[in-house]
Amino acid sequence: MRHVISLLIENESGALSRVSGLFSARGYNIESLTVAPTEDASMSRMTIVTVGSDEIIEQITKQLNKLVEVVKVVDISEAAHIERELMLIKVRATGKDREEMKRTADIFRARIIDVTDASYVIELTGNQSKLDAFLGAIDSSLILETVRSGICGIGRGDRVLKI
Amino acid sequence: MVLTGAEIVIRSLQEEKAEYVFGYPGGAVLHIYDALFQQENVRHVLVRHEQAAVHAADGYSRSTGKVGVALVTSGPGATNAVTGIATAYCDSIPLVIISGQVPTAAIGQDAFQEVDTVGITRPCVKHNFLVRDARDIASTIKKAFYLARTGRPGPVLVDIPKDVTAAKAEFEYPAEISMRSYNPVVKGHHGQIKKAVQLLLEAKRPMIYTGGGVILADAAEALTKLTRMLGFPITNTLMGLGGYPASDRQYLGMPGMHGTYEANMSMHYCDVLLAVGARFDDRVIGDPNHFASEPRKIIHVDIDPSSISKRVKVDIPIVGDLKEVLEEMIRQLEAGTQRPNAEQLAPWWKQVEEWRSRECMKFKNSDEIIKPQFVVQKLWEVTGGDAFVTSDVGQHQMWASQYYRFDQPRRWLNSGGLGTMGVGLPYAMGAQLANPGRPVACVTGEASIQMNIQELSTCKQFRLPIKICNLNNRYLGMVRQWQQLFHGGRYSESYMDSLPDFSRLAESYGHVGMKIERPGDVEGALREAFARKNDLVFLDFQVDPTENVYPMVQGGKGLTEMILSAEDL
Ligand SMILES: Cc1cc2nc3c(=O)[nH]c(=O)nc-3n(C[C@H](O)[C@H](O)[C@H](O)COP(=O)(O)OP(=O)(O)OC[C@H]3O[C@@H](n4cnc5c(N)ncnc54)[C@H](O)[C@@H]3O)c2cc1C
Ligand SMILES: Cc1ncc(C[n+]2csc(CCOP(=O)(O)OP(=O)(O)O)c2C)c(N)n1
Ligand SMILES: [Mg+2]
Repeated sequence: MRHVISLLIENESGALSRVSGLFSARGYNIESLTVAPTEDASMSRMTIVTVGSDEIIEQITKQLNKLVEVVKVVDISEAAHIERELMLIKVRATGKDREEMKRTADIFRARIIDVTDASYVIELTGNQSKLDAFLGAIDSSLILETVRSGICGIGRGDRVLKI
Repeated sequence: MVLTGAEIVIRSLQEEKAEYVFGYPGGAVLHIYDALFQQENVRHVLVRHEQAAVHAADGYSRSTGKVGVALVTSGPGATNAVTGIATAYCDSIPLVIISGQVPTAAIGQDAFQEVDTVGITRPCVKHNFLVRDARDIASTIKKAFYLARTGRPGPVLVDIPKDVTAAKAEFEYPAEISMRSYNPVVKGHHGQIKKAVQLLLEAKRPMIYTGGGVILADAAEALTKLTRMLGFPITNTLMGLGGYPASDRQYLGMPGMHGTYEANMSMHYCDVLLAVGARFDDRVIGDPNHFASEPRKIIHVDIDPSSISKRVKVDIPIVGDLKEVLEEMIRQLEAGTQRPNAEQLAPWWKQVEEWRSRECMKFKNSDEIIKPQFVVQKLWEVTGGDAFVTSDVGQHQMWASQYYRFDQPRRWLNSGGLGTMGVGLPYAMGAQLANPGRPVACVTGEASIQMNIQELSTCKQFRLPIKICNLNNRYLGMVRQWQQLFHGGRYSESYMDSLPDFSRLAESYGHVGMKIERPGDVEGALREAFARKNDLVFLDFQVDPTENVYPMVQGGKGLTEMILSAEDL
């Protein structure tokens, strides 16, 4: 099963390597990992997307909690939550492809944020499947490069991850 | 008061009441050694290899419960220490290791003797720090000791660049420390404990399985009281020996790969298992699927939630400090109306006694050749069961654990988790320094002892009257045993050729050496050795090279599929 784990961690140098080292040392899966400081600069928030059986996910949360610098861990995918990922994609855009690409971007509510006479950079935000769907909808031979941020997640309603 | 970083390091160690620092100097720690030189409270023990420094600090800790301290230089000093650190980590031993680092400005420049010590040790420490400012030294060392000894204990490393030890800062040792990200649970959940006690009272075939946690938590007394109140059979893992008196009738011996028949059968066929500070290691339960094939309810008490339901699914988890939880169980039992019922347990005890009557620890002694088991039996007799016994790794380690009967905690020091050959002598050094005047024996093998034999020199310098019992079988015996049983008798690289004459080697270091070749001389030699109160005596016992450790559960097999003796093969 796919899980989205959010955690607050002391913003110390080396904290990220403790987390990534834990995953590689114990053979856990990381699909994506994002991290940035929170409104309180002494703490960072991390979102980790991982896959594993219930037992493995239980061990992952316990092992993360055990890291001395980790302040709090929640599996936000256990309840209603929102996931968002940012993708920037550079495509070849010449001739009739220009219009077609613009139209597809509009349908996905993507924005074209850089234009040259031969290319676009398109910005798209959404959950993973929306980004995948966009990639599926355009002609793959036109893709010059893509970059995805990995997922950020947050619980819905009054579920709050805070100390 | 304004001090140099190096002085702050030493003052902080004094504040933590560190008696001994085990270490080895080098460029990056010269300032610290200079500060060490100018005081007398913290005594330095100069080892001959940094691995031994960490092991000795570890042995000091295992025998006392206090935090052990080691000090090493950057680069090779730190890498030499890694085996020691990993060994302590795997057995949850509280240590603080201080390592020198190249000057802050040189970090990342491939400087002389630079390694990323924090990076290299990250997976084998409880936590580590790089101190970049002299003003942070005191609080970091305070945190290091606090982290090492609280919660699930473990080694903590503090890496200090050379310029930081030279810089000056105001010294004030913090009285308290609190970390928002680190709050180990101490008190167990009252409701969970209540459920557990109820289940224990209802059990028809109960079993208590305890481990290193009992030793680490100093909970042997509470465990003994609870076990006697309940009247249940009990087993202690290799790490938990001495947690319950081995000479007591309720004690069934060690479980696991080389555990007793009665302990393993009882673990397997019980209906309620109370697991206390033990982590269902693969050397204890064998194949987890086989173990799960028999239904039983499991109560698991541990301070580390990640130890619970890791390899075996648990019915009643209790997170907390063992001492607190066991005492709470005792209180609830005393307060309740229901009493453990001996009658209800009688059929189970009858079964257990039947298993015990197989006498699985019996071995064929000989008049011609020294049996290693016999040496350990005699060691136990001669020391009245009251010695601190360290061991290395191999067959001799198993025989020491099987035939020396530990009635008290912190008397048995060995590397269980990492299984590090070479710990025996440095463990004995740490234990002897911590317990002056007390008997300390190191049961070792001719291969293991050579992994830190240079420490005979340290023992001379610090006058450590350790008794080394070398069970010399001329083989990597444990390896030879597996090759005999599972690799068609192809003894690939397991013969120890070109051995030194150990007794003369010991003599050349200034110690007493003895070579013992006949069974009839074993007891006399041991008595003479222990009578020499001020001498290190190296007893080189020439033992039967073909002897194997039994009983045995082959790796990957179930607990009930035991080989009891050579006749079972
Ligand atoms: C050659 C060889 C053969 C071996 N054969 C055997 C064998 O036959 N039988 C055997 O038993 N072992 C054997 N071992 C050892 C084995 O590898 C493990 O090291 C050992 O079984 C683990 O012991 P433990 O379960 O007691 O856990 P430990 O490693 O001692 O762990 C202690 C547990 O207690 C917890 N704890 C610590 N402090 C507290 C506290 N204050 N409160 C609550 N909980 C706490 C910790 O979180 C941890 O879960 C062998 C090792 C070697 C090298
Ligand atoms: C550092 C290290 N290297 C290798 C091993 C693998 N190993 C386990 S037991 C053993 C043999 C030990 O021989 P010895 O010390 O003579 O003890 P014996 O088994 O003969 O009693 C070896 C090589 C180990 N445990 N530790
Ligand atoms: Mg040997």
